[in-house]
Amino acid sequence: MEIWHMAAIEVNRLTKKYGQFLALKEISFSVKEGEVYGLIGPNGAGKTTTLRVLSTLLEVTSGEVKIFGHDLVKEANEVRKIISYLPEDAGAYKNMTGREYLIFISAFFGEGQGRKDMLERGLKFAHLDERIDDKVDTYSKGMARRLLVARALMIKPRLAILDELTSGLDVLNAQEIRRTVKTSAQQGMTLLLSSHNMLEVELMCDRIALINDGMIVASGTPRELKEQYDAPNIEEVFVKVVTK
Amino acid sequence: MSSLSNIIKKEVKELLTPATLVPIIIMALIFGSLGGAIGGATSKLSEKPIVGVIDQDHSVLSQFVYSQLDKNSKIVYNQSDVQAGIKEVSAKNGVALIVLQSDFQSNITSNHSASITVVWIMRGAGMADTFSMAPVQAVLAVMTTNLSRYIIDHHVTENSSVILQPLKRHEDTEFKGRMMVGISPDIISSVVSQQGLVVPLIVLMVIIMAGSMVISSMGMEKENKTLETLLTLPVSRTAIVLGKLVGAAIVGLVVAGIYMVGMGYYMSSLMISAPIDLAKYGMTLGAFDYVLVGVSLFLALVSALALCMILGIFTKNYKAAQTMTLPITLLALIPMFVTMFTDFDTLPTSMQIGLFAIPFTHPMLAMRELMFGNSALVLAGIAYNAIFAVVAMFIAVSLFRKDILLTGRVKSAQRSRGGMLVQSMFGKRRR
Repeated sequence: MEIWHMAAIEVNRLTKKYGQFLALKEISFSVKEGEVYGLIGPNGAGKTTTLRVLSTLLEVTSGEVKIFGHDLVKEANEVRKIISYLPEDAGAYKNMTGREYLIFISAFFGEGQGRKDMLERGLKFAHLDERIDDKVDTYSKGMARRLLVARALMIKPRLAILDELTSGLDVLNAQEIRRTVKTSAQQGMTLLLSSHNMLEVELMCDRIALINDGMIVASGTPRELKEQYDAPNIEEVFVKVVTK
Repeated sequence: MSSLSNIIKKEVKELLTPATLVPIIIMALIFGSLGGAIGGATSKLSEKPIVGVIDQDHSVLSQFVYSQLDKNSKIVYNQSDVQAGIKEVSAKNGVALIVLQSDFQSNITSNHSASITVVWIMRGAGMADTFSMAPVQAVLAVMTTNLSRYIIDHHVTENSSVILQPLKRHEDTEFKGRMMVGISPDIISSVVSQQGLVVPLIVLMVIIMAGSMVISSMGMEKENKTLETLLTLPVSRTAIVLGKLVGAAIVGLVVAGIYMVGMGYYMSSLMISAPIDLAKYGMTLGAFDYVLVGVSLFLALVSALALCMILGIFTKNYKAAQTMTLPITLLALIPMFVTMFTDFDTLPTSMQIGLFAIPFTHPMLAMRELMFGNSALVLAGIAYNAIFAVVAMFIAVSLFRKDILLTGRVKSAQRSRGGMLVQSMFGKRRR
């Protein structure tokens, strides 16, 4: 049995409205430090909204969110120091080279040797070899995503929030990115990720929450969920929960 | 046919957006109001001009000239005191005081042209301010022709040069409390316009260049999907806004500077050397005046950039950002055209208020107003621009903390609950 240190994420009755549209309806969940937590659900269920709120990008309509004890609303700047958010369709500055982009980002998180180490990690994670000195504009989708994952993980955030980590990537690129992320998770980094890829979620996550129509409708470890819904895999669980 | 109409319908819907229409409507309104102002000025030309006439000769010929002037203009002063005449004509909104010299008739009878002095009363230095001179010029031309006829009919003299040119005109101009001897209003207007043309052009260029940089930067952040990453970095929203504004200001100033070097050579080739010594009339700028012009320009730039940042927040992508610069450009063109055409001091109060409210007006006016010693208006403009810049920056930073930055327009339901901007700015705030 694993020992969790403290709550990395505590979400209590979080509601998010866009105008009159209720995107999140009083959802509550918690993620322990070092845990890999996955959010799955159909399109428009509220996964990305949840991740964006937790990344301090969107305002909280009501409810309470704490990241490593920091109140998301009152201490947003403190939260930003310890998190890293990778949006689904994120891009990098096209007029920079991959190396320049990593240098630009590292300047916000450290200086001196710490920054140099950060950059080394970034270069290793990106695994772009000599192409690291080419303009981002010339990168393939897989290369750009590897650079962005490297950007997100090189700073060693206490919490990495990853939206659709490998969406639209070929198998090889997806596998490489998953390996990189898993390595970071094994080193104690807390991960909150969303995905449409049920295999990816099952492989990577310690616990999963199924979100549908702005509500968490089921949660547990992959094994618990499969047992609870008498399903051979998470994909079947997903179908049963969503079509229930 | 239905396929064709379907495509046409789609094209019209795609092209006829508020972003396309609003700038055109604003432009139409500007031309409309300018047309109204010109129409107002030109309609006055058909009325009899208001003048004062001082007959110092009281001779037959001078009285004939007086009668000619009386026939074609409205004489509001006909006593003998020049200073009182200027005051009276000015108070009655008149254009000129015409003085027939005491040797008027004797000069003609002794085969010399008679002397008249025209003291022009000039209220503003804009092009439109010289329009009112035209009817007086016409009256003087008719009067001169009729005087020539009179000289022939009454055999006053047979000297052909005197008959052809019976009058020798001397022109002075009373301009904003200064008596400029031997200078006509059109010379003053042209010199003042030349002096005040460079700053408005600089303001326009800097605002267009730097403004489009800010809006484009926001458009590119959104199009390249880099904004979300930027917003989750451990840096305050104020620092992001300031970083973008200062970066755009530096690039905008460099680009505008390069442009202005070429423009400067072009303008200097067009400008004639000033035929009047402005220093003689106290119309030069000191070091402090230049500091005020600089401060005014800086604050207008900050205001423009903050406004552009606010517009940039609403832009969806780089293409949309290009059209977003139009409102700012138009806002800078209004004071530029108005100050070129008219003088701020001679505008109706409503137009003065409207122009004052545009932050770009103040640096455009600053040089001219300081030249005339009207530093109060310049200082008031600086104070206004400082407040405007702070408020615009506050709004920009506040909007940067709101969902609207990422989600774009707020749905109508939210708008109905007290207004989009108010809702966005004063809703629950995130640090």
